[in-house]
Formats: sequence, structure tokens, C-alpha cells
Amino acid sequence: MSENTPNPLAQRLSARLGASLVALTERRGELTLEVLPENWLAVAKMMRDDADLSFEQLIDLAGVDYLGYGQTEWDTTDVSNQGFSRGVEGEGPGRFRWSDRPKAGKQERRYAVVVHLRSIAHNGLVRLRAYCTDDALPLIPSLTGVYPVANWFEREAFDLYGIVFEGHPDLRRILTDYGFVGHPFRKDFPLIGNVEVRYDAQAERVIYEPVSIDPRVLVPRVIRDDSRYDQAKAEAAAAQPAGK
Amino acid sequence: MQEIRNYTINFGPQHPAAHGVLRLVLEMDGETIMRADPHVGLLHRGTEKLAESKPFNQSIGYMDRLDYVSMMCNEHAYVRAIENLMGIEAPIRAQYIRTMFDEITRILNHLMWIGSNGLDLGAMAVFLYAFREREELMDCYEAVSGARMHATYYRPGGVYRDLPEQMPKYKESRWHKGRDLTRMNEWREGSMLDFLDAFCKDFYGKVDEYETLLTDNRIWKQRTVGIGVVSPEEAHAWGMTGPMLRGSGIAWDLRKKRPYAAYDKMDFDIPVGVKGDCYDRYLVRIEEMRQSNRIIEQCVKWLRANPGPVMVQNFKVAPPSREEMKDDMEALIHHFKLFTEGYCVPAGETYSAVEAPKGEFGVYMISDGANKPFRLKLRAPGFAHLSSMDAIVRGHMLSDVVAMIGTYDIVFGEVDR
Repeated sequence: MSENTPNPLAQRLSARLGASLVALTERRGELTLEVLPENWLAVAKMMRDDADLSFEQLIDLAGVDYLGYGQTEWDTTDVSNQGFSRGVEGEGPGRFRWSDRPKAGKQERRYAVVVHLRSIAHNGLVRLRAYCTDDALPLIPSLTGVYPVANWFEREAFDLYGIVFEGHPDLRRILTDYGFVGHPFRKDFPLIGNVEVRYDAQAERVIYEPVSIDPRVLVPRVIRDDSRYDQAKAEAAAAQPAGK
Repeated sequence: MQEIRNYTINFGPQHPAAHGVLRLVLEMDGETIMRADPHVGLLHRGTEKLAESKPFNQSIGYMDRLDYVSMMCNEHAYVRAIENLMGIEAPIRAQYIRTMFDEITRILNHLMWIGSNGLDLGAMAVFLYAFREREELMDCYEAVSGARMHATYYRPGGVYRDLPEQMPKYKESRWHKGRDLTRMNEWREGSMLDFLDAFCKDFYGKVDEYETLLTDNRIWKQRTVGIGVVSPEEAHAWGMTGPMLRGSGIAWDLRKKRPYAAYDKMDFDIPVGVKGDCYDRYLVRIEEMRQSNRIIEQCVKWLRANPGPVMVQNFKVAPPSREEMKDDMEALIHHFKLFTEGYCVPAGETYSAVEAPKGEFGVYMISDGANKPFRLKLRAPGFAHLSSMDAIVRGHMLSDVVAMIGTYDIVFGEVDR
């Protein structure tokens, strides 16, 4: 955490941005800053212009939909002695069609925008994250004025997640088809999609129809939190010097 | 007669110089570009969403199909993201093999680039020369993984298998026989490392050969010198990486600045440009091929001297050998679990980037502890580069747009994902 970290970059960041940071974490040498959407622009500007930070490049901008985070489709904690039927109702995107897609639940702060900034001068990389406050209309200020490259990345996040970037000069869809409906990377958008397209010889044009394939999941989503992985890791670590 | 000033033309998506499926809507004043609006997404397959619905291991093959001329580099970024989250590290021999194949991939990519960019700008012959050497390196891909392009060779915890002891040979056919066949198989008598050794010795001369075709070529220079100048400030602002950044004189290379695999043990130089035009970027890429060749030579030398395991001995991540599996119940269970359910990756997030031939290829991965990634974001260098198209190309002539598309080195597999 931000206290007693030896990382000089983390110290500089918390000194400069202290007030506008919600959290500053470091794991595996990767720094993650969480900021509020209202401070989003100011923090980005500071990150770019401050000589001690000088993050000249925006490397990546990703939208994230946290719906169903940590949800599992296969129960691994309380198994009875009744046998193997321990599948639980999961709502993974592969399990439903467009017409019976799950209603967005009471998930708090569903959408987030994650940005990776790189400092060429100081050889640093930092992750910035902001959760959008309103799930019905996720809003966040656009970074296009600070980093021009954000233009297309934000269009992509808008297209795939429906996150609206305020002040973006040209917020159009970018990856999906002209006239596409919905935001396909949201977790409540079915994996099989909504419509399929084919050429109709009678109508002599390309027509859209509801998808004809059935949703199915080959491998259920499983979260295992048992000691076997730690044990395997320890065994591997013990075997490594001999193997090398 | 009514005077028409600005008009709009459609460039692509079915245009040979559009490198795949780029649709460019160009607003022209005569032959001058006033505005360029690239429409991408015609090759969008939803790779990220597909990967989120599959166990970690089953998406490695998708990575090959992103930037389909630098396959193994994409795999490398993905595999490293998983390794970061799991806290495992590939054995040292696997790191060297990865380094070597990353550089083979770089040469493959740059050969493809020099060939197709030459074609775009009217130099027919380079393409034929470049594909001659490309074929030899493709054979290395095939020898090691069984596939010429979509290898799925890198796996979390190492590489799929060790380098082959025997380089496959050409067989006699109606077209290849006698002295011709002996010449073709000359390098292939020994192992793959012998083959690569012979290739590397020969390749410096081949790069010089490409240079005789282009570097002082009057037409080539007219088409590239002073075209598409990217200033260092612009390169920063547009998130440019790789040769696009180095062409503008910024000595930034992830292999040097944030070394991964075995790059910290390699001796190589980073070429940089001066003016930041198409010609400088051409020179940077040519020199990168020579440097890659140097790295391959060093890897070959090390790999010859240091046998060892190429995969971690952790059966939760890597499958046990076939012999063990047939013979040991525990190994059979491991094998079954690994190929049905996969493995769970501890919750967390990571960003792993490699210096792919086109620039920084990054994988941002969020795991919630499941056997499938919760969110996978692929950072494709081509996507960032292409977004600067409008800013760079404004005021240029129509024919310079072709030079610019060529110099971006874009591949739509990665732009559209």
C-alpha cells in the first residue's frame, strides 16, 4: 500500500496527487491509482505535465464491466456426498440469448475505465482507474484533450461497453458494424450475439435475422481457492534449482 | 459548368494497398487530402470476449491470429500475463527459446513489411527476394510447432517442446531433384540450431541485397523521403511505439528498457531515425533485421551449450508427459483436469507488454480467481498508430496515403481484434 513503500515513483505520485487519489496500490511492481471521475482530467493533465512524473504516453485505455465479478458456475466449497451435481446457476455471457439476458443487478459501480500511462523519460508505467458513478449512463470526461491517442481508445470503449466520454469530439462506434445495436462486451450481452446476417436470394439483399444457434458453455467457470496451487508452486520452486 | 472543390473518395476496403480491410474515407481537394477518416472493424471477431469465455490455455491460439505476421510475439505477451498472475517463471532454456523465436518473428514481420511496402510503392522485385528468406524461417516455425504460422508454441510455464534434433528436409519431387535438391537440403543436414546458424551467417548478405534494391533507389526515395514526418512530440501524443517511435529519434525499446525473457543477456543495438519520415522508418526496420539476426546468433550459441527443461514441472499448469500419463494415475488425473477445466489463476490484474515487431503489444488481464480471464484487453500497436492517420496525412497527396499505410505496418487482425 501507499505507506512504507520503497518505490520512489509511488512516493512522488502520492505527494503530487495525494488529495485526488482514492487508492494507490502496488502489486508485482505494478502501480494502480484509483481516482474519482471528477478528478480524472486533472490527474491525467498533472501526470503528463509535471516534470517529476512526465507520463508522456497513453499506452492503453480499456473499459471494464464488473458485472458478475467473482461469480462461479460450479460450486467447489460445499459439496455434499450426494454425487457430482453441484453445478450452480451461472449467468456467464455464454449461457443466455438476447431475449432472456439477465437484468443488471444491484452491482455497485459496474463500469470502470482503466488507463495505462507510460513515462519514457523516467521509464515508468502506471495504471489509472476510475469507476463510473451511474450504471444506467456511465459517464467520464474524455482524455482526448490531454492525450490525442485516447480518441480511438475511447470510441472503442464506448462501442463495446457503452461508456460515454464527455467532451469527446467524435464519439462514434468503431469496431462493430454500421447500425449495430447494443454494446457487445458488456457481461449481459450474449456471447452468441443478437442477429445474424445472410444474403437473401429472393429479396436480393442482405438481411438480418435473429441468431439461430443455441447458447452453450463447454467449460463452466470455476473459482478454486484451495491449497493445491500453493503446494504445486512450492514443489515447483523446490524442483527448480535441480532442473536448471 | 459548376466548379467542384472538395469531394470524398472511398479507399478500400477492397484495395490492394489497404493491407487487408481498411476503409478510408478521404475528403480531397484535387489530389490533396483535407481529411482522412479510417473506418476499421471489418475484421472484428471479438477475440477479447471469446477469450473471456474460455479457459486460459485455450486462447493462446487466438493470439496468433491477431497480428498474423508476428504470431509468437502476441503469444508471448499473453503467456507472460498469465505467468505474472500465477507467479511462475519459465525455465531459463525456455526463456532463450522465446527470445530466439521473438527475433525470428521480427525478421518474418519485417520481411513481409519490406515486401508489401515495396509492392505498394511500385518495387516489385523486393517482394520476391523477401519471401525467399521468409520461407526458411517459416520452416523453423513448422519444425518446432507443426504449423507454419499459427504456432501456439508458447505456453504458460515455458514452451510446448524442445527444439527438434533434426531439421525436416525437402523430399524428392518432379520439381526438386538431383543437385537442386542437394543444394536445398544443404543447411538441413543437422539440427534446427545448425540450420539457424547457417541461416544467420547468410542473412547479413541478404539484408545488404534488399538494400541494393531500395536504399539508393531514386523512385523509392522520391516516394518516402520527407513523407509522413512524425515529430517526437507527435509520436508521444499519438502513443506510437516500436519503429514508428524510433523512426522519430526516440531510443525507446522495451527489450532494453524493461527487459523480459533473456533480453537482458543479449548484446544488440537500437537503431533510431533522425527526421521521422517514411524513409527513416525504412532504415530503422532494415537495421532491426540485422540486430535481430545478431540476437538469434547469440541464442543459438547459448542453446547449443545449455540443454535443460523447457517447461515448468508443475502439473497444475503444464501437462505431464505422455509416458507418465499412461503409467501413473495421478498424472492421468492432472492431464484430464488440465484439458477439461484448466487451471485457476489467482485474482488480480496485470499488464504485460512485449516489443512486438510493430510496436508495443500489451495484454491487460483481470482475473477474479476463475479458470477463465475476467477481462482481457489487447493493446495492439497498429490501433494506436492508425488513429493518428488523419493528423499525419492531412495536406499530403493521395499517393502518400499509400506510403503512410505501408510505413505504419498495420495488420487488421490486431487493429480490429
